[in-house]
Amino acid sequence: MTAVAGIDLEIHAGEFFTMLGPSGSGKTTTLRMIAGFEDPTAGTIELAGVDVAGVPPYERAVNTVFQDYALFPHMTVADNVAYGLKVAKTDRSERARRRDEALAMVRLPGYGARKPAELSGGQRQRVALARAIVNRPRVLLLDEPLGALDLKLREQMQMELKSIQGEVGITFVYVTHDQDEALTMSDRIAVFNDGRIEQVATPEDLYEHPVNEFVADFVGTSNVLERDGERFTVRPEKIEVIGPGASTDGLVTERGRVAQVAYAGAVTRYTVALDAGGILQLVRQNVGEAPGVAPTQGAEVVVGWRPQHAAAVTGAKNKEEVAP
Amino acid sequence: MATDAVVVKRSAGRRLAGLFNGRPRLQIGSLLAAPMAWLVILYLGSLVALLVTAFWTVNPLSGSVIKEFSLENFEELVNVPVYREITWRTVRTAILVTFTDAVIAFPIAFYMAKVAGRKTKALLVVAVLMPLWASYLVKIIAWRAILAEHGVLNWALEPIGLHGPGQGVTSVWLTMSYLWLPYMILPIFAGLERIPDSLIAASEDLGAHPFTTFRKVILPLSFPAVVAGSIFTFSLTLGDYLAPKLVSNEQFIGTSIFDSITNNQPFAAAFALVPIVVVIAYLGVARKLGAFEHV
Repeated sequence: MTAVAGIDLEIHAGEFFTMLGPSGSGKTTTLRMIAGFEDPTAGTIELAGVDVAGVPPYERAVNTVFQDYALFPHMTVADNVAYGLKVAKTDRSERARRRDEALAMVRLPGYGARKPAELSGGQRQRVALARAIVNRPRVLLLDEPLGALDLKLREQMQMELKSIQGEVGITFVYVTHDQDEALTMSDRIAVFNDGRIEQVATPEDLYEHPVNEFVADFVGTSNVLERDGERFTVRPEKIEVIGPGASTDGLVTERGRVAQVAYAGAVTRYTVALDAGGILQLVRQNVGEAPGVAPTQGAEVVVGWRPQHAAAVTGAKNKEEVAP
Repeated sequence: MATDAVVVKRSAGRRLAGLFNGRPRLQIGSLLAAPMAWLVILYLGSLVALLVTAFWTVNPLSGSVIKEFSLENFEELVNVPVYREITWRTVRTAILVTFTDAVIAFPIAFYMAKVAGRKTKALLVVAVLMPLWASYLVKIIAWRAILAEHGVLNWALEPIGLHGPGQGVTSVWLTMSYLWLPYMILPIFAGLERIPDSLIAASEDLGAHPFTTFRKVILPLSFPAVVAGSIFTFSLTLGDYLAPKLVSNEQFIGTSIFDSITNNQPFAAAFALVPIVVVIAYLGVARKLGAFEHV
């Protein structure tokens, strides 16, 4: 079985780089190859210009924050954090200083004497992070590190991770299947699908200009339409509902019927079945309009968007393109 | 009226279920009554009987048991050199067997838990369990045959000018190490299986050489399992009498108890308390070593 094939990635120093994709898409395998837990059958992995394929994990200047944190249960928090320094035979006073620095950075000073079992999930996550950055690796790998946390804590940790990365200046390679997380935190994102990379781009580029249907669908809501043999996608928030008599200047318009209305607090989501075929999702901010303005279920509506907001896409995976 | 009609229709089984519903103490109590009775009456009861008998004596002339409290048996165990020697020989053998089994079992268990693929693992578990399916007496007799003067061991050693251990303590050590090996392998295997692979990966990732990872992560985390296995090998060796009887001419605690049972039951009972006391002391030491901390 091939987990990943034909991956070509270049990650810049100091970058927050995210590998995004559904489970089984090869992102974790790629991460494990960078860490040295798996070896590629072909190709090279270069770290700062040096080929490290075949170099064991303990000789790579790369550290990992594991999905299950992998804290040593028989050691205290302090010993966990200092583990890498200890095996590297860093001298005692420097070890203590860097350990305390790292614990302070993840805002857990004074927790050194505790055992991992005495910490909450969020605190364990921080210890795992401190244990990895204390070694000052060239690259820090993070394998779905926030997956086990609840939503509030996850959002808080996203911001913290981002600010810690800015502080230490280490290259972060982050694996997630959560598109919001990827868009929020990353400098650049690689979208993985079925062992291949579909697109590498900045969050904005990825969202506004997805190169194919898979990316359009995985990052955001797909909204793929086909008109005159051209397939394209429009993001839901770019679509307006045009009131009767309102100007449609510079807009592409379509007629349709509201099939579904879903109220979601800040916004309301509409599903519109277009007369010319196809279904569009669109969202409207709930800004407190007079009653009767917002479309209701079953209403005939005209929707429109600016042509520059329609991004042409190709099929998700062009099997024909794969050379034998 | 309608309610009554429903109640009348309920079957005996449903009424019984109704009785138990919402009464957790009754549920647990009726579930555990039979095994608890077995445990208390037969198991603890016989232990108490053993303890009481140990303080009785035997009339040397008539051979009848004098049911009066006396410390005579224990004084004899402590003061007569041959009994001290027997106790020490047995404990020494138990320690040796435990150590031998731990050294042999750990690599096997490690291979099974962390290296072997699924198929090999299943095969090895069966291979380790298989000797337990054979009668233990048969296995001792097999060892007796191997170690006998004209046995296969001497036949194999003869061309290189060596001679097997013959009947004696060394043969007891070999036989018991063989007999109890599975009891050491299986707990260690289970203990190693419980160590997540990510901990080993994390250690390597943090720069630890595999040997350091073994010493700092795998060994401390599997130590409780080694102690668990050692409790089996140690106590089984202490209590056994058939292996010493069949492959040695030396007396061990088990053989001494066996030999005294017919003519001096109180003394046999007192001697039987020695392994119990030793094992309790052993568990105390294991606890001190922190063996039960991460279970």
